Amino acid sequence: MAKSAFQEFKKGLWAEIPPFRLVLGLCPTLAVTKSVDNGVGMGIALTFVLVCSNIVISLLRKVIPKEVRIACFIVVIASFVTVVELVMQAYAYSLFLQLGIFIPLIVVNCIVLGRAEAFASKNGVIASLADGLGIGIGFTLSLTALSIFREVLGEGTFNHVSVFGPSFQPFSFLVEAPGAFVALGLMLCIMNMLGKKK
Amino acid sequence: MGDYILLFISCIFVNNILLMQYLGNCPFLGTSKKMETAVGMAMAVVFVLTLAGAITWIVEAVLLKPFGFEFLRTVSFILVIASLVQFVELFLKKSVPALYAGLGIFLPLITTNCAVMGVCLINIKEDYTFTQTLVSSFSYAVGFGLALVLFAGVRERILLARVPKPLQDTSIGLVTAGMMSLAFVAFRGMA
Repeated sequence: MAKSAFQEFKKGLWAEIPPFRLVLGLCPTLAVTKSVDNGVGMGIALTFVLVCSNIVISLLRKVIPKEVRIACFIVVIASFVTVVELVMQAYAYSLFLQLGIFIPLIVVNCIVLGRAEAFASKNGVIASLADGLGIGIGFTLSLTALSIFREVLGEGTFNHVSVFGPSFQPFSFLVEAPGAFVALGLMLCIMNMLGKKK
Repeated sequence: MGDYILLFISCIFVNNILLMQYLGNCPFLGTSKKMETAVGMAMAVVFVLTLAGAITWIVEAVLLKPFGFEFLRTVSFILVIASLVQFVELFLKKSVPALYAGLGIFLPLITTNCAVMGVCLINIKEDYTFTQTLVSSFSYAVGFGLALVLFAGVRERILLARVPKPLQDTSIGLVTAGMMSLAFVAFRGMA
């Protein structure tokens, strides 16, 4: 049954919110959530790629032969990632430097390829657009939540502005690599608990 | 020679690709539930990553750099990796069926393993020479395999433990990975 575009959009925000419900695309989630601006920047970049690639793949879904579809999807995704890379280099250079190799790595982000394979290659343009937008915004929200948690407690700042004043001793474990894993694990736990109540 | 040994050690332990650089986490959590699958994935990654590192270095040096096509790096690297994986799969199927039976199902997954693409990009970013690229790709892959196999061992034990319900499965897996990563932080003093 074809669901309405709004329903497709909505499911990305809660029922299938990545990376908590769909445990995909963990690498950027762990790596860029050290500070809020990085988290939001990554989320927006991924949303753009996801929406554009979903639209193009859904338009081409009848043309692409089944046997080579993965390769075709990857080429489409890689082109949009290149667009994002160049735009960021031009207009948000400091963010570009901070995110480093994680921008080209959007190509191999399982979320993008996963949505292309599971959704856009089977559904129409409007539904795919809604799906990409929903999942992308869901991902941005998750990254923002995780990066707020890590930056506020780990550095004592919010978007590089001090929150607790100079006497605060930052819990710097959270901004290091081990803290990333533990924080995400605990977030998943919280999501599971909330999911139970509903 | 000493430099290469230092590079080898630092890529395996100090800059461990999984636990310190956060790359390749999807297969890390996906294939670590059983020891067998973890070993298979680890071997496949060592094999493909070393080849991919070498080939992407050549592509960068011969095709992209001389003609100023650096902006095409993302597209060309992913194509090289995807076709390399396909090629390796076909080659192994024909000539080394025993190895193919072992690695078979893990090979297609490697295309979307960000560790492979990530290491290729790191090699270019660090301006490594060809030999350094070979050493670093191989040792990053060994580091990946090491962490994956160790983690699979821990995870098999967790199955026997009583874990609170909301924490089960991936959640406790991530917390455990955090603890392992803490152990790898200790190697930092070596560099």
